[in-house]
Amino acid sequence: MPQRILMAFAALSLIVSACTPQQPAAPTAAPPTAAGASPTQAPLPTGETPRMGGVLTYIVSAAPPTFDGHQSTTFATLMPVSPHYSLLYRLDPADNVSKIIPDVADGLPQVSSDKLTYTIKLKSNVKFHDGTTLTSADVVATYQKIMKPPEGVTSPRQGVYAAVESVTASDPSTVVFKLKFAAGSFLASIASPWNYLYSAAKLKEDPKFYVKNIMGTGPFTFIEYVPGSHWSGRKFADYFDKPKPYLDAYRAVIIGDPARQTAAIRSKQALIEFRGFTPTQRDELSRALGQDLAIQEASWVCVNYVAFNTTVKPFDDERVRRALTLAVDRWSGGEALSKQTIVKAVGGLMRPGGPFAMSDADLEKIPGFYRDNAKAVEEAKKLLADAGVADLTFKFHNRNITTPYEPVALFLINEWKKIGVTATHEVKETAAYLADLRNKNFEVGLDFNCDYFDEPDLQLSKFRSASGLGKGLNFSHYDDPKLDGMIDAQARETDPEKRKQLVWEIERYAMGEKAWMVPVIWWNRIIPYIATVRGYRIGSNHYTTMDMANIWIAEER
Amino acid sequence: MQRYIIGRLLLMVPTLLGVAILTFVIMRVVPGDVVALRYSQSGSVPQEVIDRERDQLGLNKPLYEQFADFMGGIARLDFGRSLWTDRPVTEEIQGRLGISIELAILSTLLATVLALPLGVIAAVKQDSWIDYVIRVFSIGGLAMPSFWLGILAILTLVVLFQWAPPLIFVPIWDDPIENLSQLIWPALVVGYRYSAVATRMTRSSVLEVLRDDYVRTARAKGLRETVVIVRHALRNSLLPVITVISLEFAFLFGGLVVTEQVFNVNGLGKLLVDAVAQRDYTLVQALVLLFSFVFVFVNFIVDVLYGVLDPRIRYG
Repeated sequence: MPQRILMAFAALSLIVSACTPQQPAAPTAAPPTAAGASPTQAPLPTGETPRMGGVLTYIVSAAPPTFDGHQSTTFATLMPVSPHYSLLYRLDPADNVSKIIPDVADGLPQVSSDKLTYTIKLKSNVKFHDGTTLTSADVVATYQKIMKPPEGVTSPRQGVYAAVESVTASDPSTVVFKLKFAAGSFLASIASPWNYLYSAAKLKEDPKFYVKNIMGTGPFTFIEYVPGSHWSGRKFADYFDKPKPYLDAYRAVIIGDPARQTAAIRSKQALIEFRGFTPTQRDELSRALGQDLAIQEASWVCVNYVAFNTTVKPFDDERVRRALTLAVDRWSGGEALSKQTIVKAVGGLMRPGGPFAMSDADLEKIPGFYRDNAKAVEEAKKLLADAGVADLTFKFHNRNITTPYEPVALFLINEWKKIGVTATHEVKETAAYLADLRNKNFEVGLDFNCDYFDEPDLQLSKFRSASGLGKGLNFSHYDDPKLDGMIDAQARETDPEKRKQLVWEIERYAMGEKAWMVPVIWWNRIIPYIATVRGYRIGSNHYTTMDMANIWIAEER
Repeated sequence: MQRYIIGRLLLMVPTLLGVAILTFVIMRVVPGDVVALRYSQSGSVPQEVIDRERDQLGLNKPLYEQFADFMGGIARLDFGRSLWTDRPVTEEIQGRLGISIELAILSTLLATVLALPLGVIAAVKQDSWIDYVIRVFSIGGLAMPSFWLGILAILTLVVLFQWAPPLIFVPIWDDPIENLSQLIWPALVVGYRYSAVATRMTRSSVLEVLRDDYVRTARAKGLRETVVIVRHALRNSLLPVITVISLEFAFLFGGLVVTEQVFNVNGLGKLLVDAVAQRDYTLVQALVLLFSFVFVFVNFIVDVLYGVLDPRIRYG
């Protein structure tokens, strides 16, 4: 009997140890990029005629929590589910960064002179998978569900449409949005990749119909979803944008383990993964597959922030926060870290290289972005001395996800040593990490944000006051009415050039003067894929153009 | 015997109840929130949305009410819906159950097929080079983590044959070759590790029995060595080996977390880890109950088997 008890104990211990998150390994030097593995640009459309047919198998690294795009905030929903749906507007797949084009809309909206009314005509040949025709009633029902969800239905992006007064159908093929105030981000917000167009009839039957059912107007109809395993769809013969889709079918395979993902591409079991691989995975695939592999890279609308818990001392003192951002040499950090993880470009609150990005020359004038790090370190030391803080020690709160959180955190900890600050890396699994950030149970932490578009309203939402619209988003837990006012002002500015100026003012104030929450280094997307995949253009995010309508598979050379 | 069986079956109820209470409490004590986590990938989901959804899921109810709901559900064999996917928990488990059972059976079969002969040979050839080789082989199995062997196995297959095990599970009755192409690799890797434990147990158990008087008597009667070993020594040394193999089976049922991850096998271990990480209370509670039931039940079967294998054991 004791032997059995011992065995049972051993078995249980194994379960427990298997469920316990592992502490990350000690910091190591960045591995050199493999020789001959330099990124090559993918063969982008060069007048080739798309080939019809074939099945695209691609990797998705997590299972979708819901089928309803309106209720989801994860790529794990968008990547397998988007091929079943259309949007009102979308990002141009050939650009996939900032150019918005109509999807089921018949042209760009007609905007009234006061910029408060958007009139949108719909294409007449858009069919749902059940054969019914899409009308303005469907668009209205969809947007009402998103903006004013019925009881029991969640809409996480409801607040994004605060500017919308009403959405109505003036005739079966015309939709009218009326705004309460002019909003610079309105067109981007109706090109959101989450805003799948649903059938008004289905929503009337059951407002939760789309949580577990698929019925859209997208290029592919639903075949099956095996939870945790794969999702598949086949070509919709009545898709409105003929001759698309080019593929006969697609299959999204759920693979969480990075090594297995690499093996799947390497063995050509899967042709592509749309979120992004690490430089190490890229180099391994490049070495193994040579010319059979194409690689696209682009800067990503994702960034890590250093969040200071401003409700505890000494992080309530802006001099301390400024000192901590000053010490970080982002320019050399970006260069070094890009060899081992998915960060690269230095930028402010808006994505570097994006339409709202400040120029490097202007950025370099903001504390924390100086090119001369020695000068920045001296200034930081002086600030700490002025604040009366000596031998500052704190725990640096992080999540147990290696890429890119671990190397970024270790980089920061190392940088802070230069000004005599000792930070201990405290890693927790994601749920506990988030709970600590929300409950102010940390001193300094590594936060993150990813968006589908370069849009100040999205990227600045975290910077609003914690007791106001920033509740649950602003993990530095500060209130700053002045900053709220500045964010509101840029949101209502419809002149793009003036809006940029306002955004840059916000960056100077929030990052340089107050250092409420400071960006580290912006992420870099790396998509290595089998070169027969055509029609995919990497974008600045992993959410848009996931409907697979433009993708086709070339014959193997 | 009948009374014993009924008694043991009834004893399972408080055991499982204890497990249910413990799981309920532990999951609530651990920090984290399924709703906050679900929306964690976007920085623009306000707190009020999270609070409203927590309310809809019943997570804002007092703990005793949540516990009463949970217990009431168990009594009706209704384990609720996954907080993460909103699908019935039984549906979530059902889809993975077959895979985990098949993988556990395959691994146990492989482990048994390896362990019994190797353990007996090592015992019979004690301290010879054969014994040393078998011991090194089994210590190797204990020392090398299954997931590491798994990674090596996949890498070897990809590098040497540009082939990797299928990504999608196909039931064995639909396509046995495709099915085994996927599951044989994790079964081999895990089976090797568990064969190591069983080999060592078989060896020491057989060694002990070989020194017993009745074995000497059997030899003195002039029985062939094979008969002595197989009929007399092995059968009597099987009790601890069966315990080890059975508990291994129960463990394999839900414990192949990392191996499932490495081989992308859509089994219960992976489901449990995801559920814990997502703070999907209902799913974790149901899975832990299921695993506990398998442990308790397998233990019970082993105890009954003792009586069958060893006539000296009688249950009153």
